[in-house]
Amino acid sequence: MPELSRDEVRHLADLARIDLSDAELDHLAPQLNVILESVASIQGVAGDDVVPTSHPIPMTNVFREDVVRPSLTPEQALSGAPEAEDDKFSVPRILGDEQ
Amino acid sequence: MADTLIDFDEVVATYDPALGLEVHVELNTNTKMFCGCPTTFGGEPNTQVCPTCLGLPGAMPVVNAKAVEAAIRIGLALNCDIAEWCRFARKNYFYPDMPKNFQTSQYDEPICFEGYLDVDVEGETFRVEIERAHMEEDTGKSTHIGGATGRIQGADHSLVDYNRAGIPLIEIVTKPILGAGEKAPLVARAYVAQLRDLIVALGVSDARMDQGSIRADVNLSLSPKGSGVLGTRTETKNVNSLRSVERAVRFEMSRHAAVLDAGGSILQETRHFHEADGTTSSGRPKSDAEDYRYFPEPDLVPVAPSREWVEELRGTLPENPTAKRARLQEEWGFSDLEMRDTVGAGALSLVEETVAAGASPQSARKWWLSDLARRANDAGVELAEVGVTPEQVAGVQRLVDAKTINDKLARQVFDGLIAGEGTPEEIVAARGLAVVSDDGALSAAVDKAIETNPDVADKIRDGKVAAAGALIGAVMKEMRGQADAGRVRELILEKLA
Repeated sequence: MPELSRDEVRHLADLARIDLSDAELDHLAPQLNVILESVASIQGVAGDDVVPTSHPIPMTNVFREDVVRPSLTPEQALSGAPEAEDDKFSVPRILGDEQ
Repeated sequence: MADTLIDFDEVVATYDPALGLEVHVELNTNTKMFCGCPTTFGGEPNTQVCPTCLGLPGAMPVVNAKAVEAAIRIGLALNCDIAEWCRFARKNYFYPDMPKNFQTSQYDEPICFEGYLDVDVEGETFRVEIERAHMEEDTGKSTHIGGATGRIQGADHSLVDYNRAGIPLIEIVTKPILGAGEKAPLVARAYVAQLRDLIVALGVSDARMDQGSIRADVNLSLSPKGSGVLGTRTETKNVNSLRSVERAVRFEMSRHAAVLDAGGSILQETRHFHEADGTTSSGRPKSDAEDYRYFPEPDLVPVAPSREWVEELRGTLPENPTAKRARLQEEWGFSDLEMRDTVGAGALSLVEETVAAGASPQSARKWWLSDLARRANDAGVELAEVGVTPEQVAGVQRLVDAKTINDKLARQVFDGLIAGEGTPEEIVAARGLAVVSDDGALSAAVDKAIETNPDVADKIRDGKVAAAGALIGAVMKEMRGQADAGRVRELILEKLA
């Protein structure tokens, strides 16, 4: 199984908006590889007859009727927000662009 | 720094454009994609949110059946196959407009795939191949504070309203559209216009580009003419009117050509479109799909629409747009050119509704394509958003037919309608616009015109009837336009017989 490179770990950290120092990268990259190896051992157990699964129960089409249910009040919605202004969530300056 | 541009004619002489369009349609379901919060536009901030659409821990999404139904109907109307089994996926990215830190979307298993839409461009039919139409959710709305005029650059902090987060979206993606050449800007515009008409006919969205319920992303690349090799593309995001779609394609073609001509290469990136001057500016480098680390959404079970359901929904589809255009042209007795202009102006359904409200097809066409089209163009809005409804146009035409007003006064009635002064009748009364057909007042004005223009009067007496125009003009001026020109002519000729 190919090893996760230091650059890949740095890229993943970037995507996750985690700022890692060089020392932390040196420390964490090998650890991540150990985790991946452990998880990979599952592949040895799963035979060709086991399809990749995204949900443990084989069911489909669980739908909801298009009927309005009560929403939260703005006070409730914002109660856990570190900062709010004009009934909106206040977030720090956004670096980068919209997705 | 202003971009260097190449004249459009030169661009198409040297390069082949490849277009791709991604259109997001916001559905008009009562509730959001995965929760029961209402979807009404324009609510007070954060009044249409719940633990699910705020991404609070432990909240579980459940799919809105009506949104799946709308997705399937859109797919069928676009001649797509409908997946027998498909899943939602998480698109992972960190941006405050998605409180969950992922958008629930579909990745490699879209609900609709492999379709097409036949688009009319200046009388030619152009087949636009559809790659996929998939279900996803809209994001929240950010307001940037502290920078210049709401721009993200230089902002100090941002405020987020999540009312829109979780509203069902259908994203419709075309395959690369090749071979459009110089018509590429028109093909892009016609595709979005006719897709919008289809969405309106399906009744699945408000389809208001000005309110963002239909948004287009325009992908464009150029390749040296005849090379057949696709160039590097840019993606201009959130182009929000038909006119802008056309302008964005035109601008990007000229900009790409200038970069390529100078020996440079196009950066694969997203671009922002600027309504004011029709230009685009650099956004962010386009992320690779793998950076979104898509994986199947474990909180939702697969969607497997039964073939019976799909066929039942096929039965609810509106008339095929191409067949419908042919039928309307026949019913209205329009020439090919008249029909093409009507479709090109985005006036087809407006004329249809105006005719349904009682106006003759020719009068409906006349108002929408001349006076109202000019106003829409001046205001930089779509015809449908000019501020006059088809019913009102039919009402104005009724007043013209009844000779209460003439065409010139009708324009003033439109002024009043756009200013929200009431019904056509109320505006005529309030503004005192009714045509004067009282012969007493007209007669006096005619006498005055004859008196002040003796030379003209003499010519008419000598049988030069064509000279009457000058006197009619004088009388109309005297009556401030509120006279029946035909009656004025009769009076002049009677008096000078």
